[in-house]
Amino acid sequence: MGEQRSGHGAERTYRAREFDAFVAGAAGRLLHTATLLTAETRTRNPHAQALLTAALAHTYALWGRSPDEDPYELARRELVGRFARTAWRHHGGRGGVLSALHPQERLVLVLRLYEGVAEEQAAALLGLPVARVRAVCARSVAALRAAARSDGTARGRAA
Amino acid sequence: MTRHEDKEAAVRRLLDTPHPPVPGDLARRAAERGSRRLHRARRVRRALWVLGVIAVAVFFAWASVARPWEVPPAETTPPLDGW
Repeated sequence: MGEQRSGHGAERTYRAREFDAFVAGAAGRLLHTATLLTAETRTRNPHAQALLTAALAHTYALWGRSPDEDPYELARRELVGRFARTAWRHHGGRGGVLSALHPQERLVLVLRLYEGVAEEQAAALLGLPVARVRAVCARSVAALRAAARSDGTARGRAA
Repeated sequence: MTRHEDKEAAVRRLLDTPHPPVPGDLARRAAERGSRRLHRARRVRRALWVLGVIAVAVFFAWASVARPWEVPPAETTPPLDGW
């Protein structure tokens, strides 16, 4: 029993060391993605942090189970899945860049344009048809451009 | 098409802002939570195994006492009297 326990301990420290290195490298980018999704600001993003912590905990629990899988993709998939399940909580924007968009539009836009995920993969990840992903992406780009334009004219008028 | 790509590039620039600062204890908290989950899953798996083993043992004990494969003595045969 004692041998087994020390075995678990060694496994835990090995896993923890690898996991720490992964988080040190990837957390910044993943937190940025989460913050874009929850439409929070760079300095105030408690929802994004909670989302990322949960996704990373899942990644930790599955660490090393399938060695071929990229841990970044695993964490991103969990993050996206969690956000999609709780999207109704993030309907209103909280001052982020994508506040003007709906949660699903944010998801598609962030996956396609920030994370650079291919249309087919994004569709599989979200459980949507590829055509729908393309349409939502185009609509979100147009909406963002329109928002930026109206913002610009408003600012121009104010100046 | 190029116009569309231009628009996408503009949105990409909009999204590509500096990363937010990561809280220092994020990795530790995530690892703790993950290892709690792992231990819970391990305990549940172990409990299910123990339950399964107990169920098998109980079944064999019952079977060896009740012997359900043996044909029960006939109860409907009339008693054989005056032979």
